[in-house]
Parts: sequence; C-alpha cells; structure tokens
Amino acid sequence: MSISRRQFLKIAGASALLGLGSFTSIELLEKVEASQFKKTPKAIRGKRWGMAVDVKKFQTEEDYKRVIEACHRIHNVPDLENPKHEIKWIWTDTYEHTFPGQESPYLLESLEHKPLIVLCNHCNNPPCVRVCPTKATFKREEDGIVMMDMHRCIGCRFCMAGCPFGARSFNWRDPRPFINEKNSLPYDSTFAGESIKKGVLMFPTRMRGVVEKCTFCYERLAVGLMPACVEASQGSLIFGDLNDSHSEIRETLSTHFTIRRKPELGTEPSVYYII
Amino acid sequence: MYDGWKIIIGIIIFIGIATFPFFYDFGKASAPPPDPKIDTPEIQKMVEKKCIEPKSFMKTEHMVMLDDWRNKAVREALTIYVATDGKEYTMSLQNTCMRCHSNKKKFCDECHNYAAVTPYCWDCHIEPKEEG
Repeated sequence: MSISRRQFLKIAGASALLGLGSFTSIELLEKVEASQFKKTPKAIRGKRWGMAVDVKKFQTEEDYKRVIEACHRIHNVPDLENPKHEIKWIWTDTYEHTFPGQESPYLLESLEHKPLIVLCNHCNNPPCVRVCPTKATFKREEDGIVMMDMHRCIGCRFCMAGCPFGARSFNWRDPRPFINEKNSLPYDSTFAGESIKKGVLMFPTRMRGVVEKCTFCYERLAVGLMPACVEASQGSLIFGDLNDSHSEIRETLSTHFTIRRKPELGTEPSVYYII
Repeated sequence: MYDGWKIIIGIIIFIGIATFPFFYDFGKASAPPPDPKIDTPEIQKMVEKKCIEPKSFMKTEHMVMLDDWRNKAVREALTIYVATDGKEYTMSLQNTCMRCHSNKKKFCDECHNYAAVTPYCWDCHIEPKEEG
C-alpha cells in the first residue's frame, strides 16, 4: 500500500497535535500537585538577603557570645572541643584572617586585636554550589540563600575546598553526644524553648559525614522571624533585602563605609562589614 | 559410575544441609504481622481520629509523601501542605507527624522492622522521648 503525500501530511499533523495535547495535560497534572503546597503567610520575603556587621558595636565578650550562642543553640550545633572536629556556623576571627591582603603594620588600634564576627557570606556566585556533585548545596533562586540539603550531602567536602571563607564544617564525629542542654534546645520533641513558643519548629541535628553551615535561618524567615543572630545582636547585625533600595540594610550600606571579605575572588559576598 | 555410593551419600548430605533451614523452621509460626499502635495521648484527645490523609493512602504512600515534603520544604521554601480536605499542615516530620505519633517504637519501628527497612530519618531528626 502506498501512501499519498496528502495522507502523510494528515497523519503527521494529527500525531503532532496529539503529542502537544499530552504535554499540556502532563503540565496540568503537575500544576494540580504543586498547588497543594504553599508558604506561610507570615513568611518574610526578599530577593537577595544580606547582612551588615557593625564591628564597632561589638564591645564586650558578651556581645559576641550572645550572638554565637543564639545561633548554635537553636540549630543544635555540637560543642566539640577538638579544634580539628569543630563545628561552627557563626564564629570570630582576627582582622588579618578575615580581610587578608588588607592588613598593614600600622592598623587601626581598635581593630588590631579585635575579633570579628564571621559566617557564611551567602555569595551571589557561590563556589561551593558550583563544586557540589549532588546539588546538596544550592542557591535558592527566590532569595539567594545558599542552602544545605542534608538529605543529599554525601560528605565529599568539595564545598569546603571551594569555600574561600572557611564557612563550612564537616561532621567528623556523630554530633549528638556533643549537643547538651547548655548549648541546644531541649533534646526531645516536647515543645519548649523560647523560639518554639514563637512558632519556630524544632531543628534537627546532623549526622556523621555531612557538611553544615549557616543557612541565614531560612526556617525562621519562613515563619516571619529575623535570623537568630540578628535578633540576639541588639542592632549590631543588620539583616535585610539587598535588592530592595528602601530596606534597612540598604539604608545602612548607603550611609556607612563597608568592606566585604575577599571581593577580589568574585564570589560577591552578601555580608558587609562596617569597620 | 565409579564410587557411585560415595557420590550418592555426598549428594544426600548436601541436600540435607541445604534444606536444613526449611526443616528447622517447619511448623513454627513466622514472625507475627506488625501491629502499629496509634493510642498516643495526642491522638486520644482528637474528636475525629484521622490522619492528614486517608489511612489507606498514608499506609502505602507515606514514604513518597515524606520525600516530597522534604524537597518542598528544603529546596522550594514551601512550608505548608494543603491536604485533600483543604486543611493546612506544616510540613515537618519531627514537629507535625511525631507530635501525634509520639510512639515511634510502636508506630514506625513496628512495621519497618517487620519489613526489614531502615530509613535514616532519625540520624538527624529528633525522635520523641519514650519510656523503655
């Protein structure tokens, strides 16, 4: 049986239409499923979250401790004494380690021995994300937070090699025995603790063999709260949307001279320092 | 067949050893079927005792749902699940599921042990405190 040109075109056209139809129906199905999920109405939204550290406002040891403990307590960060096993989300470092290349023999006296608060910079061009083979670390498109998906992390530590700020810690040991009442919220699912009262959920721990770091408190932003460190800092940490020219952080950045860590690397950090 | 009787005895011994586990267990009852319990204080308080979706769905699809939840919550920044009946729930294993099902040993482990599956949820998520 031979097929005429006309018949062939008819069949081809009909099957193309059929194919297109099935694609749209698949898309429709996906949409129905996606509509089952939504955000909390209270969630704080931003295009690109950033932070400014007002170095001058950190005066006493207590100022640092308050900020660090607030974070580490809420996120069940273990307290490992061995510095090789240390886990840290937000910590302090010296000026010359924080801003290498900008040190000088006659540094401002007030900065010379002053610890600076350091944390993940939530870079706009994060090298850790580029090197992650499983996409366990990724930049959230909607708000620019460099996130960790602990379920996917295989513990290869490429991200730790990629991060120029040392913002990532590897769990060499099972962290659970090192989380105690002192540095974490009650270690069970009874709903206690001041942040839980405000509607924040209990944060999980991590397991041995995964990398962890600061997540800009995505879980608190989702329920309408500022990051834990910002809340505890009493104004020395300023957090907001870098994309919104009327935000508090943009006001601060436009009226104060700020520097960023290792800008020459082109990672575009979102954490600014008011020196 | 040279030394046929040796071979035959060998075969008989082999079959004996290979089938020993079956004879050993013959007539003994197998492991009792799992019997997950839902009699937690939180569930007792409920007027209408039902989960967020129908029981049959939860029974067969809870693992798919939890996997979906973790992707939505961690990767897509969505925190609320709208159930088929329109009610809204915060997507959290540790905080939503386990608040009612606070009996992990008799609820989760009961079936998981029977089916010999070891999900790694509790390596990170904090399980409810239980007696014993």
